[in-house]
Amino acid sequence: MSDLECREFVERVTAFLEGTLSPEAEQDFVDHLALCDGCERYLDQIRQTSQALNDLPGEALPGDTRSALLNAFRSGRS
Amino acid sequence: MAGLPSDDVLLERLRTGDEDVFVLLLDGWSGGMLRVARSFVSTEESAAEVVQETWLAVIEGIERFEGRSSLKTWVYRILTNTAKRRGTREHKIVPMSSIDDQGPTVDPSRFRPAGDPFPGHWWDHPPAWPTPEQGLLTAEIRGYLTQALAELPERQRLVVVLRDIEGCPYDEVCELLGITAANQRVLLHRARAFLRGRLEEFYQREGDES
Repeated sequence: MSDLECREFVERVTAFLEGTLSPEAEQDFVDHLALCDGCERYLDQIRQTSQALNDLPGEALPGDTRSALLNAFRSGRS
Repeated sequence: MAGLPSDDVLLERLRTGDEDVFVLLLDGWSGGMLRVARSFVSTEESAAEVVQETWLAVIEGIERFEGRSSLKTWVYRILTNTAKRRGTREHKIVPMSSIDDQGPTVDPSRFRPAGDPFPGHWWDHPPAWPTPEQGLLTAEIRGYLTQALAELPERQRLVVVLRDIEGCPYDEVCELLGITAANQRVLLHRARAFLRGRLEEFYQREGDES
């Protein structure tokens, strides 16, 4: 195991994914990752969470608002 | 959103009054815009009005858009400005900092204590999640995630919505919300960790039931 504790690792995952760790901190992170299955899984689950959000559909605009905007576009462009 | 033509093409078509392209953007972006607006204002109705006002300003201003940012960022800038003004009028305050922004994001009891041969390491690894079929989420998980998002403090929700749902680059999120990069990272980190925790609970419950 590297010096980095799992407890600290989980607080650095976002900085790692954002690419903002210092070169030394990133090396510690990667070293720990290579040796710790629990943290590897944690990081993967953070990635999966982020991706799941990407698939989340939004609500639709109320129908009358949508048609009002379409009308505005038509008259604004003619 | 994937599959949209480039900004140049979109702009050209919008300016010549191509209704299909307008509908494409309106239907593609309004859901996300509603979600963002909702964090600034008091009601769903208010959020819908903010989105409407934004699109009207877009229709009005499309000739003057100079393309210094992406089209989507420009639309979102109008959106957040409109929503902030509206929120102020409604006396809804999005707190600038919060107690929720501090402390560990994973329950400390999941790690071994000082004095243990492996202090700070997992007692038990986080349980494995089922592999999603072709990356598609079930309606149940989507509903659950939407609910979990609603439980987040507003600033965390705004950041994670803009970054992970809307796919805005970090520098644009800083600009839209008027926060520093470091601050954004903290908020994003806490939001993702919270949502991961909720997904873990969900999968564990599902595992217990089956």
